[in-house]
Amino acid sequence: MADVLERVSKIIVDRLGVDAAEVKPEASFKEDLGADSLDVVELVMELEDEFDLEISDEDAEKITTVGDVVNYINSNNN
Amino acid sequence: MLNGKTALVTGASRGIGRAIALELAKNGAKVAVNYAGSEAKAKEVVDEIRSMGRDAIAVQANVADSESVAGMVKAVIEEFGSLDILVNNAGITKDNLIMRMKEDEWDAVIDTNLKGVFLCTKAVTRQMMKQRKGRIINISSIVGVSGNPGQANYVAAKAGVIGLTKSTAKELASRSITVNAVAPGFIDTDMTDVLEENVKGEMLKAIPLARFGSTDDISSLVTFLASDSSSYITGQTIHVDGGMVM
Repeated sequence: MADVLERVSKIIVDRLGVDAAEVKPEASFKEDLGADSLDVVELVMELEDEFDLEISDEDAEKITTVGDVVNYINSNNN
Repeated sequence: MLNGKTALVTGASRGIGRAIALELAKNGAKVAVNYAGSEAKAKEVVDEIRSMGRDAIAVQANVADSESVAGMVKAVIEEFGSLDILVNNAGITKDNLIMRMKEDEWDAVIDTNLKGVFLCTKAVTRQMMKQRKGRIINISSIVGVSGNPGQANYVAAKAGVIGLTKSTAKELASRSITVNAVAPGFIDTDMTDVLEENVKGEMLKAIPLARFGSTDDISSLVTFLASDSSSYITGQTIHVDGGMVM
C-alpha cells in the first residue's frame, strides 16, 4: 500500500497541473492546490476509477486534503 | 450534423419527444428512446429509427425516480459507449384552478417535469464531464415565461426548468458542456389536442404568425442546439412560439 500516496499524487499533478512537491498530505485541494469545487468532484471520479472504489457523496464531501484521500483509500481499499 | 453522436431523449414515445428522437437520428445520432409506460409506441419509434439505418434502443424509466433514472443512464452508456446529448422532454399535465388543485396533482407535475430534469441531468453529468463535452437541452414551455391560468403546477415546473437550465449551464460551462432550454408555444400534439375549439381560437389570436406550431419546429431547433454549431450558446431559453411571447 506504500504507493497509494504516489498514485494519488500522480493523479493530482495531472489533473490540477501542480508541482509534485506541493502535493503534501496536509495540502488542501482548494486552499493550497488551486482546485475549484468541480475539480474536486472530478478528482474523486478519477480516484474511483484508479482504485476501483465507489466513494459516496457523503464521504466525498469530507475529502478536503491530500491526506484525507490517502486515508480514505487505505481504509476502504482491500 | 450529428454523425457518431449519442443521444438520450426522455418521453420520446410520442409528441415533441418522438419528433426530436427521429430528427436527431435523421441527422446521424444514435438515439435512446425513453418511455414511462407506452412501450409499444416507444418500440415504434425505435423501429422507425432503425429503418433509417441508425442505432436506437428503447429504455423504460420513470424520470421522477432516481434509481430508475440511474439505471436508464447506465444502460444507455453501456449500449452506446458514450452520451453526448441529453434532451429532457418528459412531461405531464394535471390542469386545475389553484383553488381546486389537489396536492397530489401539484406534486406529480413538479416531480416529473422539474425533479425529473434534475435527476436526469445529475445522472449524465459524470459521463459528460469525463468526455469534456456534452449538450443538455431542456424542454420548458412558453407558459413557464408568461404564466397561464389553470396550470399553476405546470407553469411552476416549466419556470423552474428555466432556472435549473441557467444554474446547470454555469456549473458545467468550464467542461464544455452547454445547457439550453427550448420554450415551445402552442404545438399540435396529443397534449394540446384535448383543448376545445373556442380555446384554440382564442389562442390563435395571440400568435403573431397566426398558426399553431408543429413538432418539426421544435425538433429542428433541438437538433441545432445538439450540434457542434451551437457551441457558443449556453444558459439560454429560446422561444419557439410564433412570436406569442417576446
